[in-house]
Amino acid sequence: MRVVIAEDAVLLREGLAGLLERFGHTVVASVGDAPALVEAVAEHRPEAVVTDVRMPPGFADEGLRAAVELRARDPELAVLVLSQYVEQTYAAELLESGGGAGVGYLLKDRIGDVREFVDALDRVAGGGTVVDPEVVRQLLRRRRDPLTRLTPREQQVLGLIAEGRTNASIARELYVTEAAVAKHIANIFTKLDLPPAADGHRRVLAVLAYLRG
Amino acid sequence: MLNRTALEALTRHPLPFLASAWPWRGAAYLAASAVPGVAAGLAVAAAASGTLVSPALGVVAGLAALALACLLIAPYERLRLRLVDVVPVPGAPHRRWREAGLAVMTLLVLWWIDLIMLAFTIGGPLVLALSPVLQGELAPIVGVASTVAGLLLLPVAAYTITAWAGARGAMARAILAPAQSELTEVLRSRARLVDAFEMERRRIERDLHDGAQQRLVSLSMSLGIAGLDLPEGSEAARLIRLAHDEAKQALAELRELIRGVHSQVLTDRGLAAAVQDVAGRSPVPVDVDVDVPGRLPAPVEVTAYYVVSEALANLAKHSGATRGAVTGRIERGTLVVEVRDDGVGGADPGRGTGLTGLADRLAVVEGRLSLSSPPGGPTRLRAEIPC
Repeated sequence: MRVVIAEDAVLLREGLAGLLERFGHTVVASVGDAPALVEAVAEHRPEAVVTDVRMPPGFADEGLRAAVELRARDPELAVLVLSQYVEQTYAAELLESGGGAGVGYLLKDRIGDVREFVDALDRVAGGGTVVDPEVVRQLLRRRRDPLTRLTPREQQVLGLIAEGRTNASIARELYVTEAAVAKHIANIFTKLDLPPAADGHRRVLAVLAYLRG
Repeated sequence: MLNRTALEALTRHPLPFLASAWPWRGAAYLAASAVPGVAAGLAVAAAASGTLVSPALGVVAGLAALALACLLIAPYERLRLRLVDVVPVPGAPHRRWREAGLAVMTLLVLWWIDLIMLAFTIGGPLVLALSPVLQGELAPIVGVASTVAGLLLLPVAAYTITAWAGARGAMARAILAPAQSELTEVLRSRARLVDAFEMERRRIERDLHDGAQQRLVSLSMSLGIAGLDLPEGSEAARLIRLAHDEAKQALAELRELIRGVHSQVLTDRGLAAAVQDVAGRSPVPVDVDVDVPGRLPAPVEVTAYYVVSEALANLAKHSGATRGAVTGRIERGTLVVEVRDDGVGGADPGRGTGLTGLADRLAVVEGRLSLSSPPGGPTRLRAEIPC
């Protein structure tokens, strides 16, 4: 996979590049600020972008804004945003770009779990949605109406969906059968008023329903 | 206790008050009204003598004398104010009209009220006390009684004189330097202090974010990569995993610490997002309903955020609540933030420094804090910040 990395800390940028190369990806460009990221994507047409939220020149949320902008131009471009904070408005904004397929929002801490991190990037590149477990945990802690209707087990399943897990992987995690997982998911969709017609993206929509609050 | 004005001195115990210089200073302050009295007399005299030549000249001479007196009266008032109010009146430009107004008031009315006040309060008891001498025909018993009464009335006179002089001084001060002009200086310096503090927090956050946090992420990544190459189950792999876990733990702790120092979300996304963020981390479920248009001035946002995060921390620690709610609205140009819970109540601003700290912080932006927390609950905290 051809990847562009945007991260202003040189040490981390080099480390990320090395890590991705090691897992067989090609880092076509690694840049240190948001305008350079937009330029690099225009020039190299990568399949995926990994970007930090906070970047020069303003050291605010330039990286995230650049990512949303890139997704608006090309909804096919997979974007994985790395953040130092768990911030659901960032995550919601990102997920809403291009319908939420092919985006990910992870805490920077997750880079350390190298295998899972690279897996997450692969899921995002494959059109999946990845939301940091910490964000999901925060959302679950706040009881809002759609959420109170879910059983604890269903909340747990929704959390795992938000992480971009497949039914098989959720079944393994919870020590239940895949059929049971499918049943929980069907219940969640019903309770969140997601009609079966929207099937393809219903998993994303379910997560979005939460993030929008 | 330090008394800075005659009115403050009145609140002391009677004996220290009567022994102090304040009654004397009050009397001196009132007696000093003789000077504007003389000035008024001179103005009238000037007008009268002018009228002898021609009526027009009388008016002109009178007005000139009045104008001159007005010019001199304000500095004179400022000077004698020191007798009843030791805090210097700050020099304030654009006070001409106020000074002129005070001068006219002093020349026309105040001087004789002051002198009559002084004469009656001191004269009355003195006449009583001296009545055996002044009225020889009085029965001795009546004479002694009135002397005693006169002497007893003297301390009362001290109070009356000090009170009148103090009130008179407060009025002069209010006219010469309206309360706002003095307090703004204090408020401004407090605001500067808070601003400096806020900037320092940002700098610390930035340093931690760009330094320690990035390095820890790199370290954690290196340890993760190193773990890949080691044979599963080996001692080295176990140690690396241990170190990796420690690094992750340190990262999580550092992240919490940084958030406590300064909220980047607040800076980037404003109050509503930042309140969502802090409520999302509360162990007690908190409903958030903050509906404010766009971005508010930074000091308002920072203060409101501070109030909410402190209140939610208290809620989690002390309230025993099962549920909380935060609302934020703009009502008539004022940001009103309320934090409620269904806990046990009994929050007391007198105990601990949390609530007092909140009130202090609000005072800097001229905000107000009100609290209702009866024993048994519920607790409701309301902050109002003009914006």
